[in-house]
Amino acid sequence: MRPACVNKVFELAKRDPRVTYIGSDLDPPITKRMKDEMPGRAWMEGVSEQHIVGMSAGLAMEGFIPYVHTIATFITRRCYEQVAVDLCLHNLPVRLIGNGGGLVYAPLGPTHLAIEDIAIMRALPNMTVVSVCDADEMKRFMDQTLDWPGPIYIRLAKGYDPIVSRAELGFTIGKAIVMREAAGGKSRVLMVTTGVATTRALEAADALEADGIECTIMHMHTVKPLDTAALIEHARDCDLIVTVEEHTIVGGLGSAVIDALVDAMPGTIPPVKRLGIPDAFAKNYGSQDQLMEIYGLQPPEIAQAVRDGLRRRAA
Amino acid sequence: MANDVALSAHAPGQQLDKRSIELRRLVVRALDGGARGHIGSSLSLIEIMRVLYDDILRYRADTPDWEERDRCILSKGHGCIAQYVMLAEKGFFPHEVLDTFCRRDSILGGHPEAGKIPGIEASTGALGHGLPIGVGRAMGLRIKQSDACVFVITGDGEINEGSVWEAALSASKHRLSNLNWMIDYNKVQSAGPTEEILPLEPLADKCRAFGFAVAEVDGHDVEALRRLLRTVPVDRERPTAIICHTVKGKGLSFAENDANWHHKSSINKELVAQMYDALEAL
Repeated sequence: MRPACVNKVFELAKRDPRVTYIGSDLDPPITKRMKDEMPGRAWMEGVSEQHIVGMSAGLAMEGFIPYVHTIATFITRRCYEQVAVDLCLHNLPVRLIGNGGGLVYAPLGPTHLAIEDIAIMRALPNMTVVSVCDADEMKRFMDQTLDWPGPIYIRLAKGYDPIVSRAELGFTIGKAIVMREAAGGKSRVLMVTTGVATTRALEAADALEADGIECTIMHMHTVKPLDTAALIEHARDCDLIVTVEEHTIVGGLGSAVIDALVDAMPGTIPPVKRLGIPDAFAKNYGSQDQLMEIYGLQPPEIAQAVRDGLRRRAA
Repeated sequence: MANDVALSAHAPGQQLDKRSIELRRLVVRALDGGARGHIGSSLSLIEIMRVLYDDILRYRADTPDWEERDRCILSKGHGCIAQYVMLAEKGFFPHEVLDTFCRRDSILGGHPEAGKIPGIEASTGALGHGLPIGVGRAMGLRIKQSDACVFVITGDGEINEGSVWEAALSASKHRLSNLNWMIDYNKVQSAGPTEEILPLEPLADKCRAFGFAVAEVDGHDVEALRRLLRTVPVDRERPTAIICHTVKGKGLSFAENDANWHHKSSINKELVAQMYDALEAL
């Protein structure tokens, strides 16, 4: 996903002279390619996130489209005021590429985990928040970033994740993709997912189908603006809504879904179960997959949460 | 260091001329309109903004986004009344708009906002944002092969912010000779003297060490400012830092060098009259 994203920046730069690239301090091969492929329009600026966001704002004010790339937690938490004031208040077309969103940096501990990035980016007016599920979808998405009017936060996953997206389903920023649907369009369970949680949810849905439980999987690659229309259409008549995200349950996709449901379906909201990371800093290291297992975000745990939810509903 | 400009004769007690007094009267007019505002922080800036808009900057008031204009970013957004006064003087908006300062539907807030006010290049107020934005704009202008310049005016308390120094490193790395960083060094920040709150000295050495060509000037000496600003860039290979030695509250005898006059959230008619009287006495 990361190479797909960065390669796309180089490709877009060849097509459009407005594209610029700013890295902070990562990946020597990228530095070399920048100089070869985007001479005069790409810079490795050092570990100075506040500055590079302000600098990207200045470039955007001069008509450029800067792609700013560094570790997800640093491009969101470290320079939050610059993102809010320089990018969002001015509504500038800067693209923040957050490397290792979620639990990717598991062995490096809580300083490097971006588990509240969606929440804090989502809270900012004018910000668009996108978390695609694989490298193919990343390519389709990146093509649309050139002319999107305001700032975008792009959450990158680990890389080399299995490809589950399908070209025939298309991609439009702000439009949810139904990745799986029961025959006739009626499922008892609606799972709303984002990022690589979608991949896990799809696998969970296979297991549940074997139990006779049909699940619709709605991949909400764009968490903001949320595709409320698609959500409401599918939320009606289902017995259970489950949100799945590699993110704290505070303020992420689950919260966005509940916000939308409360506004649109007062008094008629089906039961909602949010699966995500609890409101606590990570205590373990290991791998992304191991932490996702601890947090109940792997397919067997997701499937079990759905069964439990339906059982409670029946009771 | 070669290329640096020596401190011009600093005359703290020097008289303000008729135009500087009139501009200060316009500041009081805005303060009266809003019944509040950053008094000391605006008054130290008057001659800096006056010389920039009267003699140095290229702009078209009827076409604020004219591509060839110089970019003037007031990073110490709380000093905005000084810039509002000059924008009114130059016809970006009528003087009457000054009377609406901070009122509900005014375009003139307590900090300047781009997109609302013609001639404002960036929304500032949160400190330490102007220099990074200025670096980006200077880089963008260079790519476009424009000969327009960027002027960023920061405060002195403002440069407590680390983001300023991150941007200074970058400006130097990129040899942005089209970037001019002016520091309104009035030596008093919101809570007291800068030398007590967070000492900045030796400031000129710090700027030099960060790769800037440095000039120092009496920030109330109109002729010295004019002379100096006509020579920028001081060095064609480096960004320029201009340390403007100023007096907080300059022109109001009872407010000069006093942190209590940094900002007043309640300005009544009596105080307005006192301010006009003090200017009359100059």
